[in-house]
Amino acid sequence: MTEPRYPHRHLLGIQGLGPLEITAILDLADGYVAQNRSDDKRKNLLHGCTVVNLFFENSTRTRTSFELAGKRLGADVINMQTSASSVAKGETLIDTAMTLNAMHLDVLVVRHPDSGAVKLLSTKVNCAVINGGDGSHEHPTQALLDALTIRRRKGRIEGLTVAICGDVLHSRVARSNIYLLNAMGARVRLIGPRTLMPTDIARMGVEVFHDMRKGLEDVDVVMMLRIQNERMSGNFIPSIREYFHFFGLDREKLTRAKPDAVIMHPGPMNRGVEIDSDVADDVERSLIREQVEMGVAVRMACLDLLTRNLANTGAV
Amino acid sequence: MPNRSQAGLVAYVNARLLDPASGLDAKGALLINGESIADVGPGLFQGGVPDGIAVVDCLGLCLAPGLVDMRVQLREPGEEHKETLKSAGEAAVAGGITSMVCLPNTDPVIDEVATVEFVARRARKNGLAKVYPYAAATKGLEGKELSEMGFLAEAGALAFTDGTRAIANAQVMRRALSYAATFGALIVQHPEEPSLASGVMNGGELATRLGLTGIPEQAEVIMLERDIRLVEMTGGRYHAAHVSTAAGLEIIAKAKARGLPVTCDTAPPYFALNELEVKDYRTFAKLSPPLRTETNRLAVVQALEDGTIDAIASDHAPQDADSKRQTFALAEFGGAGLETLLPVTLELVHNEHLSLLQALRLVTSGPAGVLGLKAGRLKVGAAADLVLFDPSRAWVVDPTQFRGKSKNSPFDGRPVQGMVVRTVVDGRTVYDRNA
Repeated sequence: MTEPRYPHRHLLGIQGLGPLEITAILDLADGYVAQNRSDDKRKNLLHGCTVVNLFFENSTRTRTSFELAGKRLGADVINMQTSASSVAKGETLIDTAMTLNAMHLDVLVVRHPDSGAVKLLSTKVNCAVINGGDGSHEHPTQALLDALTIRRRKGRIEGLTVAICGDVLHSRVARSNIYLLNAMGARVRLIGPRTLMPTDIARMGVEVFHDMRKGLEDVDVVMMLRIQNERMSGNFIPSIREYFHFFGLDREKLTRAKPDAVIMHPGPMNRGVEIDSDVADDVERSLIREQVEMGVAVRMACLDLLTRNLANTGAV
Repeated sequence: MPNRSQAGLVAYVNARLLDPASGLDAKGALLINGESIADVGPGLFQGGVPDGIAVVDCLGLCLAPGLVDMRVQLREPGEEHKETLKSAGEAAVAGGITSMVCLPNTDPVIDEVATVEFVARRARKNGLAKVYPYAAATKGLEGKELSEMGFLAEAGALAFTDGTRAIANAQVMRRALSYAATFGALIVQHPEEPSLASGVMNGGELATRLGLTGIPEQAEVIMLERDIRLVEMTGGRYHAAHVSTAAGLEIIAKAKARGLPVTCDTAPPYFALNELEVKDYRTFAKLSPPLRTETNRLAVVQALEDGTIDAIASDHAPQDADSKRQTFALAEFGGAGLETLLPVTLELVHNEHLSLLQALRLVTSGPAGVLGLKAGRLKVGAAADLVLFDPSRAWVVDPTQFRGKSKNSPFDGRPVQGMVVRTVVDGRTVYDRNA
């Protein structure tokens, strides 16, 4: 196997990554999928490396996924759950960076409620940084695991039509997926009410639909986004029942998509809000369980690549 | 180079005299007697300077009225760790500013006679740039009850404004305009509809990509539209601060064409920078109003050329390092501007948008005229508030060299042209670069 090309110190976002770099990560992750399914799950590749999961937002899935990924590679993984609600959170952020530097970590995984916070932190610490989700900006490992899930099911990404549905306005998952799918040559559609579409989103190279039935016409992949409860209070949409009626994914709306179209969701799902249980649990169509599995493999690949770079730059 | 002779007479000779108010742009000399200008003109001292008069050789550099900065946030009283009257005064004179008008958003708010007098007294004691306070249009800047405009005006408040907050309630604005007009006073508005302005940068593609909440241009446009209607209704005098959008400027141009008593200013970031400065979440580029698109920037330049904009103000908003060392969403708004006002304004000259006199008018007689301030002129009998500068001398903005306390310049690292050499307030040299 040739050395995969990923000439970056950090993984802060999909924006700026090219198809070759993305493919390198996905190829490496494919290998880890096989390994994770085998009896011998553990590798000592990252023996002696310290990975810290620094989460300023509640998260079970992503944090667990990173933790598992690190441990499967033999790294020492530490979870730090920090409240971001303290008054001086920004100061805490830079102070935290100073503290972490003193601990000599190798990889820092960060989730933060503010866009740009991970980038800010990456300029202050002397280890590799993986963005575990920053505000409404990016969530690169989610987009990578989505891509791996699609590629394994469909055999390719190029040429597919992918519909991303729901609260695009607040979604970092949507933004990372838009960058990734565009880079890999897929066609991206966005579906949702106008109040949940960001200004000038069409300039990111997507087609925008406000009628879900039209938007789902002949798509290969339906990606649902989670809608946060606090958006339901009448600020962005008037009610759950109206939202579900027009933008919830159910069997009837799904008939507009290609017969072999697959359903994805980054989790956790709001059943009966953005997705009907009937389709979410459809083993033929729903890839939601696979997404979780791919998540661990993709994060192993990311940790693997970034620590190789640390070795190359002599930082380890 | 003695500063003053015993008789208090100082001659500034061999200068390029620039007086935007009279259109004077000629080689000549200026004579100061004590605190005021005794004589000025191209013919002065052609036969040499008589004995007993101290002489300053200007070496052919530009001698202009000291700059009048009509929008400065002073942090004293209340936030002296960000800026004091003294540090702002030092920054101002280093930037060639001899008069600055400060916003009432201090702590306590300038909404009482005592605070107006406190600021005036403290500033006088420093003897640097002159400070004229705006007073709050509403008590506590709360946008509810009118302040005592009559008393405040008598105490020296130059005009009324709620500072960085818009006077949002239409009824309150209507009464503020109306009541201020009773005393012939001006209302200065931060034109931004607050319910649309909860974002942190300009709304648009870049904000969408960065995942930051946007403030649409319409926040400014809607407030200006509404205010113009209220001006029409009340006959009050109205000044829109730091206008940043093409559509907003169009509204002001139309109001002016209809003869309404409306004026406006802008600040250097809005004609020299655009929203791309925010890239990589640079908090020094987090300003209020937000930096707009290039199209809007060009419209601001155009409006400076065609006279729609009456003044350029620094919009000085000093912030300490901790207020900016934050995530973009949490960082404070504002940029330090006193020490870059002149050189960035001169970019308009170097880029051939304005003549030197036109550019200087926007920072001298322009704002003085809007505020009815006796400043910004080279006129016999006027206070000897002067700036001597080299219009083409190049330097790079380095906030660590600023005299002001706060270093949050959106122009950090920018190569500029135009350097202040000497600043004179009431005949006294308060800044001398070569000293």
